[in-house]
Amino acid sequence: MTRLIRPCFRLCALVWLALLVSPIVRAAPLSIAQLMAGLARHPQGAATFTEKKFISILEQPVESSGELLFVAPARLEKRTLKPKPETMVLDGDTLTLERGQRKRVLQLKDYPEVAGMIESIRATLAGDRQALERVYHLALDGGNERWTLVLTPLDPKVGAVIARIRMEGAQDVVRSVEILQADGDRSLMSIEKRASPQ
Amino acid sequence: MIHPRRRGIAAIVLWLIFLLACAGIISRTHFSTDLSGFLPRAPTPEQQLLMDQLSDGLASRLILVGIEGADAPTRARLSRQIAQRLRADPAFVSVNNGEPVNTERDRAFLFNNRYLLSPAVTPERFSADGLHAALSDSIDLLASPAGLLVKSILPRDPTGEIMQLLEQLDSGSQPKVVEGAWASRDGTRALMLMQTRAAGSDIDAQQHAMAAIQQAFDQAAGATPSAQLLMTGPGVFSVTSRDTIKSQVTRLSLISFALIATLLLLVYRSFSALALGLLPVVSGVLAGIAAVSLGFGAVHGITLGFGTALIGEAVDYSIYLFVQSERNRADHQTWIKRFWPTIRLGVLTSIAGFASLLLSGFPGLAQLGLYAIAGLIAAATVTRFVLPSLLPAHFRIHDLSAIGLTLSRAVQRAAILRWPAAIVLLAACTIVVANRASLWNNTIASLSPVSQAEVELDARLRADMGAPDVRYLVVVSGADQESVLRAAERVSALLQIQVEQGRLAGFESPSRYLPSTAMQRTRQDSLPPRPVLEAHLAQAVQGLPVRAQLFTPFLDDTDAARSQPLLQASDLQQTSMAMAVDALLVQQHGQWRALLPLTAPEGGSIDADPVRAALSAIPGVLFVDMKAESDRLYSGYLHEAIVLSLGGLVAIVALLLGVFRSPLRVLRVIAPLAAAVMTVTAGLSLFGQQMIILHLVGLLLVVAVGSNYALFFDRPDPRTPILPRTLASMLFASLTTVAGFGLLAFSNVALLQALGVTVAPGVILALFFSAIFARQSDAGSIHA
Repeated sequence: MTRLIRPCFRLCALVWLALLVSPIVRAAPLSIAQLMAGLARHPQGAATFTEKKFISILEQPVESSGELLFVAPARLEKRTLKPKPETMVLDGDTLTLERGQRKRVLQLKDYPEVAGMIESIRATLAGDRQALERVYHLALDGGNERWTLVLTPLDPKVGAVIARIRMEGAQDVVRSVEILQADGDRSLMSIEKRASPQ
Repeated sequence: MIHPRRRGIAAIVLWLIFLLACAGIISRTHFSTDLSGFLPRAPTPEQQLLMDQLSDGLASRLILVGIEGADAPTRARLSRQIAQRLRADPAFVSVNNGEPVNTERDRAFLFNNRYLLSPAVTPERFSADGLHAALSDSIDLLASPAGLLVKSILPRDPTGEIMQLLEQLDSGSQPKVVEGAWASRDGTRALMLMQTRAAGSDIDAQQHAMAAIQQAFDQAAGATPSAQLLMTGPGVFSVTSRDTIKSQVTRLSLISFALIATLLLLVYRSFSALALGLLPVVSGVLAGIAAVSLGFGAVHGITLGFGTALIGEAVDYSIYLFVQSERNRADHQTWIKRFWPTIRLGVLTSIAGFASLLLSGFPGLAQLGLYAIAGLIAAATVTRFVLPSLLPAHFRIHDLSAIGLTLSRAVQRAAILRWPAAIVLLAACTIVVANRASLWNNTIASLSPVSQAEVELDARLRADMGAPDVRYLVVVSGADQESVLRAAERVSALLQIQVEQGRLAGFESPSRYLPSTAMQRTRQDSLPPRPVLEAHLAQAVQGLPVRAQLFTPFLDDTDAARSQPLLQASDLQQTSMAMAVDALLVQQHGQWRALLPLTAPEGGSIDADPVRAALSAIPGVLFVDMKAESDRLYSGYLHEAIVLSLGGLVAIVALLLGVFRSPLRVLRVIAPLAAAVMTVTAGLSLFGQQMIILHLVGLLLVVAVGSNYALFFDRPDPRTPILPRTLASMLFASLTTVAGFGLLAFSNVALLQALGVTVAPGVILALFFSAIFARQSDAGSIHA
């Protein structure tokens, strides 16, 4: 009965999960291989974020902020504190969403187009280039002081939702993640490294 | 001597006609194994509801399927293949395995009717302030993971009614999905939940459904030998119970027949004697089945199983005839004069005992009573009036006088055992009194023929599935659908408070999917006319980052909703909600009923009293705890059966008093039987077996069978010793009874096993106690 109704906003939730990111302790500027090797050396990081969503139907962007945590190889947490508290935890293949009294547990595998993308974000954070290149075309620009990594989906299913993901970093920190959606709306997440427990 | 001969022929002819009539009735008899036949006829509304739910409620129609073995992708593929095939099978109302089958239709239904369905639709919500608050919430949601969906529907649904509905409907916990199909929490099993079209009590249909599932599994392209199919659910239980009962009854009948035949052959050393000796048995069995068929319209499998055991008792009469009159034809006439009155009295005491069962509210128990009475009367009558005429002129059985003499000597010395027997009896009484509180099993589950392994599988799959445990139900009844839905809405409002207070985790209601027309109209009336709403909206957007013009689609939709036709049950067709309404809104016995199943808070059970108290504000609302109700029902009937059995005992005593006109003599007959009953009860208690109703029937049988022994041992004049061949006949009679019932003790159908473990030892004990406490012959030695 009710259990059979599977709201499709879960899928959307997964898309937005792509906004997750974690600080990278050390970034190699010169080549993708060096950047990935640098990322792979750091198993976890914690940061605060501010996210702005530019949505065509709204006059102004909506803002949210909170905390991020990444624990290699497979755990991502995004805890939004404003405007409303909510938590998203991706651990392995399991995605847990909590908003108010509601808690949902989803399996990433059920949404292949989104899973590919999520997997790739996580792969970036874990420095897993192979996994990344299965779904995305990678383009790295800039030097050690300031680099830009642009991910363009190879899979049309992912491409139908996400036009591209653009990460900017300086040395050992990812500073921002910008996601441009296929419909022209975009989100920009700025990240402040808070601590880097080794 | 032409006269008795002619009477004999007349008796044979009558007997043959009787057998033919019985066979005719039996050929048209319906045999059932539906366990509800062994459930009581239900007198109260709660109990009626319970019975209805058991026989064709939602829960009765669910089949839970598990796929084990192989690897996760294979299991998921099998699950999808089975589901695809069975979804095309009209025997299944729904086949769910986590695949989003109805999602699109469901969403369209919810979205298009959101203003009729959403409980949040009130006049306040569409005022300027209400709209402002709702819009703020929706804009907040844009920043959340759900943002993408909200974004696309915001212009049509700025108040977020669809989110309201989805949250309300999606409150249940779901199995996790692995590889696109439901799986158990530990990921080792794929899970499916099916609902059959047929009621759970329609065992043939359930069996077909199970076969269809098995076939879909066997023929699935991904089938591998390492993958296993598991099924459980009430319907599955009924089917396996039927199979178990059927195979047990068949097997037990064959074995017990073979055993008794072998035993008789050993005793008689004559095939013709064996064949003749079985005639009363066959007559008794046929009469028993025919009588039950006539009296109840159907014969239950358990009754047949009981009949198997009764073979062992019915064969006693011919044993008495053959063994006690082993000389010649004249001797048979002597037997009739000398022993028949005793046996007739034994038959009458048995009937007096079993007659009490006829009054039982348990149809199954009444069937057993009728079967026993008809069977015993037929067997005894055939032995008395037909069998002597059928015996060949020089009919002889093996000479048993040696055994008889040995027994005589043993009986002479049996008195030595009086003190030990008295001590055993005293100990038995002590045990029974000490354990009196735990003697009886009051739970209805004790009647179930379902094996422990099957129960565990069921519990496992159910836990995996998070399947609704339909234990607590709130029920409202009414003359028509509308009044029932209105009542369900009032109850829902009260239950919602209980949910918020944490007493309930949640509840279901048909009014959630199909609100009453009154409620739908109220919601329609909550939507202001377009110009008014437009003005409210213009006010509401002030201070928010949206323009009022964005919401033109919202104005169009509310405008349409104000005049849209109200929802009917038929509008839900082809959605997942149809199944819910189907199960929760039922028309039965010319009455409408809405069922609101409650979900207990996590890790706890529902504290019924506060919920019941809260609901008492609305008249005519039933709060039913299905388990407590069924147990109460059962223990009520158990109590009734105990009272009836005591009544049977009183009837036996009265009968004996009437015949003997000597309380002392009655006491001598009853004492060994009471001692046997007490000792068996103590034994059961000692071995930790709690008694169910069938133990009680067993005790009645001990009294019925044992009364024959006690009567044979009872002599008005202690100087006449018991004949050795009488003793031999009693020994063989008790051996056949023990063989017949002893077998049942090995049955894995609890009902039959209960009979077996009670009667087999009870009969032996009755014989021993009768011998030990019999009045001793004055003569020092016995002459055959």
